[in-house]
Amino acid sequence: MIPTRRTLLAVAVATLLPLTACGGGSGSSGSSSSAGGTYTFWDPYPQFDASSDWGKRVSACGTAAGVKLKRTAYDTTDLGNKALLAAQQGNAPDVMLVDNPVVSTLVEAGILNKTGDLGLDTASIQKNVIGAGTIDGASYGVPIGANTLALYYNKKVLSAAGVDPASVRDWASLTAALKKVKAAGKKGITFSAINTEEGSFQFLPWFWGAGGDLTKLDSAGGVAALTLWKQWVDAGYAPKDVLQNTQTTSWQEFATGDYAFSENGTWQLGNADKAGFPYGVVNIPGRTGGSAPVPTGGEFVTVPVQKDSSRYDVSKKIVTCLTSATNLLATDTTLMYVAPTAAVQAEQVKKNAELKPWVAAVAAARGRTSGGLGTKYPTISQPMWTAVQAALSGGRSPQDALDTAQAAARKG
Amino acid sequence: MSPALRRRLTTLVFVLPLLVYLVAFYVYPLYRNLDLSLRDYTVRSFVAGDAPFSGWDNFRTVLDDPTFGPAMRHTMVFTFVSIAFQYVIGLALAVFFNRHFRLSTVLRALFLIPWLLPLIVSASTWSWMFNSESGVVNHLLGTVGLAPVGWLTSPDWALTAVIVANIWIGIPFNLVILYSGLQNIPGELYEAAALDGAGAWQQFRRITFPLLRPVSAITLLLGLVYTLKVFDLIWIMTKGGPGDASSTLATWSYQLGFGTLLPKFGPGAAVGDILILIALVFGLLYIRVQRRQEA
Repeated sequence: MIPTRRTLLAVAVATLLPLTACGGGSGSSGSSSSAGGTYTFWDPYPQFDASSDWGKRVSACGTAAGVKLKRTAYDTTDLGNKALLAAQQGNAPDVMLVDNPVVSTLVEAGILNKTGDLGLDTASIQKNVIGAGTIDGASYGVPIGANTLALYYNKKVLSAAGVDPASVRDWASLTAALKKVKAAGKKGITFSAINTEEGSFQFLPWFWGAGGDLTKLDSAGGVAALTLWKQWVDAGYAPKDVLQNTQTTSWQEFATGDYAFSENGTWQLGNADKAGFPYGVVNIPGRTGGSAPVPTGGEFVTVPVQKDSSRYDVSKKIVTCLTSATNLLATDTTLMYVAPTAAVQAEQVKKNAELKPWVAAVAAARGRTSGGLGTKYPTISQPMWTAVQAALSGGRSPQDALDTAQAAARKG
Repeated sequence: MSPALRRRLTTLVFVLPLLVYLVAFYVYPLYRNLDLSLRDYTVRSFVAGDAPFSGWDNFRTVLDDPTFGPAMRHTMVFTFVSIAFQYVIGLALAVFFNRHFRLSTVLRALFLIPWLLPLIVSASTWSWMFNSESGVVNHLLGTVGLAPVGWLTSPDWALTAVIVANIWIGIPFNLVILYSGLQNIPGELYEAAALDGAGAWQQFRRITFPLLRPVSAITLLLGLVYTLKVFDLIWIMTKGGPGDASSTLATWSYQLGFGTLLPKFGPGAAVGDILILIALVFGLLYIRVQRRQEA
């Protein structure tokens, strides 16, 4: 091409335009209709840098879609607020991975596209996993994988105390096991009852395992679950600092090797191998036996609304690249998640038999915002974790604390 | 252009950067906060920007909330107890270091460490020390035969624990300002007092303390405004818990706005407004005191 004055001008304008657009703090702008350009991608995995497997997967999916994908990682709790602010400023990212209970909030804010409108295929995804991102029958994201909670146990501590892990089938037998462990001079169980969403997440298996209903926090089932936890803390089966424990610090306590059980998630499997003692995993028992329903964890890949809808084609390619049946195995192995489709789960178990109890747990899991709760869930969860804190710290009785919580939840 | 107008314009140009700074970083955020607190924001209207004006509704919600009473009480207890201890200990240390003994400069520098550490470091360290299972504080209590205390896990102790940590952090500030105040007291006064037979305590009561009053007033008032808004320390140590046993207006405001999956911007901003109002009262008090001293 001969550089005429006009082309020079065009080049100058083209280089200046993205600059001025970047001044608004946005990355999602740039030349719109042309192929190529930069697309933005947000996720809640600050622990993975660009050189990690996950970082490489993301940029590879950008390259495959013919664009440069600029990835930014935020803290989980931060991401939802950042997304709202970005949407308000009109510079939401092209593709965003968000924690599943946040999806309904973002849908309420009107900033997510339906997967159906984008032409994304979600037919093979397990119903209970995609449930958290389904509002009024339409899904607003594709689960990248699922994780959930189960009980890790320390084989050494249990055998020293004469407890057979197979005997743990309901609450009574679990409490009996904890009693034996304590009598043998070891510590019972660690979990997280912190006053954040993590605390509610960890409480739900017990709450649901007793037949609790999130719309009636103070029902008999809920009170029974809170009484169980309180009884453990009061009897010294669980440490007092569960009130401050995040799931990470609770895991660190278990990793000392002093504790018999830890309620924790799939994501600790890597650390469990490093813990230096033999461990096993059992599903969290329901009050009278069977596996308790556990809450689904894990993120959804979403496509926020853009002014320039021509960007969706590339965004769709990126989402498909991350979540297609062929790529899910690699993605979920990287993230240590259970895949959201039965076919990929079977492959995962074939490769790693340890995942078997987790696949079963995911199959029995419920979304926190499922069942029509949607954005009502956050207004229930906050009073619930406050009630757990009030009861465990000894301030209130479980019934009293949950009565207050229900009153607060009803007000919204 | 007349010279007078010219001069006016020149002054304006000089003042302009400051004005721009004040508007951009003080006036506008304050206006936005007030606006947030007077509108009925949902996540949808926050994004769309069409939240309806709702007058004092958010304030009414906040004042009716069962958390308001305890949060207000905790804020006041936290602020005043912190200030009292910070001031007394800071003053004692300042008087102590004023004697210029060997290594006094080194020691004084060491006392500044709490001030230099990033708050996340000191707050995390305190929360480890106060840990009810493996904390060093309970371990020390155990060695002298006392029962362990649930510093951060018992509703009776959580507020005490965060106050203790905050006092530790605030001492250097008091020490530095009071120490510099002491330097300004002429040494002859002490010599004269000693000749008149005044003991150490009398010297402190009759000379040091009265002459330090202007500096003390400023230290206390600045401390008040600083302590009122302490958020990070409490959030890192207890998140306002257990329950709401250590929640203050600052942590509650954050909790409302950002602490749950569904932000309540309006009430959160309303709590922020109340906090600003309280700080403003103290700020005005400070200006008044300062004016009286200058006069």
